Amino acid sequence: MPTSPTPAAAGHAHGESGGLGAVARHHLFWPVLALVALLAVNTAVRPGFLSVSILDDHLFGSPIDILRNCAPLMLVALGMSLVIATRGIDLSVGAVVAISGAVALTFIAGAPDPASPTTVFLAIGMALVLGLVLGVWNGFLVSVLGIQPIIATLILMTAGRGVAMLITEGQITTVTSAPFKTLGAGYWLGLPVATLVAFGVFGLVALLVRRTALGMLVESVGINPSASRLAGVRARTIVWTVFALSGLFSGLAGLILSSNVMAADANNAGLFIELDAILAVVIGGTSLAGGKFSLSGTFVGVLIIATLSLTVTNVGISPLVTPLFKALVVAAVTLLQSPVMRRKLAERTRRRGRTAPVVPSDKPADVSTDKVVA
Amino acid sequence: MGKNFRRAGAAVLAALTATALVACSSEQAPQGGGESPAEGGSATDTIVLGFSQVGAESGWRAANTKSIQDTLTKENGFDLKFSDAQQKQENQIQAIRSYIQQQVDVIAFSPVVETGWDAVLEEAKAAGIPVILTDRAVDSDDESLYESFIGSDFVLEGEMAGEWAKEQYDGEGYKVVELQGTTGAAPAIDRKTGFESAIAGSDLEIIDSQTGNFTRTEGKQVMEGFLQKHDDIDLVFAHNDDMGLGAIEAIEAAGKVPGEDIKIITIDAVKDGMQALADGKINYIVECNPLLGPDLAEIAEKVIAGEEVQKRIVVEDQAFDQEAAKEALPDRQY
Repeated sequence: MPTSPTPAAAGHAHGESGGLGAVARHHLFWPVLALVALLAVNTAVRPGFLSVSILDDHLFGSPIDILRNCAPLMLVALGMSLVIATRGIDLSVGAVVAISGAVALTFIAGAPDPASPTTVFLAIGMALVLGLVLGVWNGFLVSVLGIQPIIATLILMTAGRGVAMLITEGQITTVTSAPFKTLGAGYWLGLPVATLVAFGVFGLVALLVRRTALGMLVESVGINPSASRLAGVRARTIVWTVFALSGLFSGLAGLILSSNVMAADANNAGLFIELDAILAVVIGGTSLAGGKFSLSGTFVGVLIIATLSLTVTNVGISPLVTPLFKALVVAAVTLLQSPVMRRKLAERTRRRGRTAPVVPSDKPADVSTDKVVA
Repeated sequence: MGKNFRRAGAAVLAALTATALVACSSEQAPQGGGESPAEGGSATDTIVLGFSQVGAESGWRAANTKSIQDTLTKENGFDLKFSDAQQKQENQIQAIRSYIQQQVDVIAFSPVVETGWDAVLEEAKAAGIPVILTDRAVDSDDESLYESFIGSDFVLEGEMAGEWAKEQYDGEGYKVVELQGTTGAAPAIDRKTGFESAIAGSDLEIIDSQTGNFTRTEGKQVMEGFLQKHDDIDLVFAHNDDMGLGAIEAIEAAGKVPGEDIKIITIDAVKDGMQALADGKINYIVECNPLLGPDLAEIAEKVIAGEEVQKRIVVEDQAFDQEAAKEALPDRQY
């Protein structure tokens, strides 16, 4: 498990800044360290935490659970990263998740043969198109009507669950459909389908953004929309597109979530996922002020949040203090990310360095890795 | 494609309408029936009853609302003014104030939270309008602020679940994991207390307990964690059906048979839960009856007629094992 984010991260880092590889490594260093530390704590509590066995022809173990359960958040956070990069924010993702699951399951439940692949494909297509349309709606409000993103998406955030309730008629819709279950709970080549789908989409977008000029255009819009427009960047189209993508990815996340438990819960599906997604993006080092963004950072951020949830169960933290525990971990990661905080820490280390064994403050990476290993 | 787009378009329209509804419901809903014959307060024929519901957060709540709306009808001699508080106390207080202004005959509500009701209930008392609580209690020192509290006894539900577990499995050294409801919620606290007190003295042992927030997704995730952490789980006690259904998914994914390898006991008895019980995937369900409408109607009539009513009315909760579920399933209302 700990190996999986590192190569991906390294790969993006190179693409991101070419010659400035060292700086990029520095930027991803703290999130990765936080993830490794979390995994280390879990392994300390239960030595078998990272072990993966084979059960019924598929991989089985806590790392696999993390990879599968992080899939919906991965997709939502991917869209969120792009939206935040254009200086926007999308609060409606949770509502889109709920609507998408509600539409798909209500359609499957009402179909004559819920288990037929055609029904399932239609349901998935319908939910995805709907997610896209809702994203286009948000994008329209923001890019064409010029409404502030937080207000524009708030509309759908507030109304969305009501719509999902209307679709499911206030009930939790349950279906039995083997093909649909594959998406959220199935395995392909021993790996969870949900993970393959989410990571696949993530990889595709990362490639698209970093191998073409798209990423740079998104950043330029985030840094200064007017200047980029004057420079010939189609700012409106870019903003519209990222909101549409955010809607589409949230729709896919909703499908995976509902398929995982084979139920569409209009009230609770994707509840507060917008906050988790924003958190993952921020932990990953993307600034809410727009401009520069890091998909690899978001990737690690999502893994941290998913691992954190499992840590609560694994370590056996009392439900009474769970929110506090999560808050402390997030606060620690965010503080370590803050440049001011890091400078202060570095100064203290340097001062102490005169009496204690010298710690080279320009190479914090090696020092802290040693600490974790020890 | 065209059809999909049209559907989507309709959904967007619906979204806008829903925003408008959300905005209106909290302010206007209770004032809907200004021309009602309640003015003199004389309860000759129809009883005007203002009801403020918590919201529509679960299937249980939907069944609860339906029961109240179906029972308190014009035919049964009621004029029901219903408002949905969208899980907000301020909306409920507003709704209750508006009922007081309209001088309804009886006010009934399911309090969102336990505290902070004294002021508005004093107002109702001063206006001479009796108040009935349903499903959830308020935490107030002054019991004269309400006439009666109708609802299930959550501690008893936990005890019934625990008693059955003890009866069936005592002496086999069962290891139990518990999926708790939302931390701090009365049903979660009480069901936990009840279950623990019932299995005290047996050799059933709760080896782990974690919140699953009453939802399937979290129930499944927590159960996955438990299954990785402990390889000797014999029994799951879930504070509601939904978490139990999530646990079933996790157990199946771990290559075990729910109901056989790992026994499951839950509380609620909603339709999906009963189906799973009948299918043998759950072993026992204690019902938490949402059909409070008839009890509410009876108490409201008595209060208006000036009869004495009990301060606490416990709704009768049944319990089902797999055989009972198969029999009961065809005519379940919810």
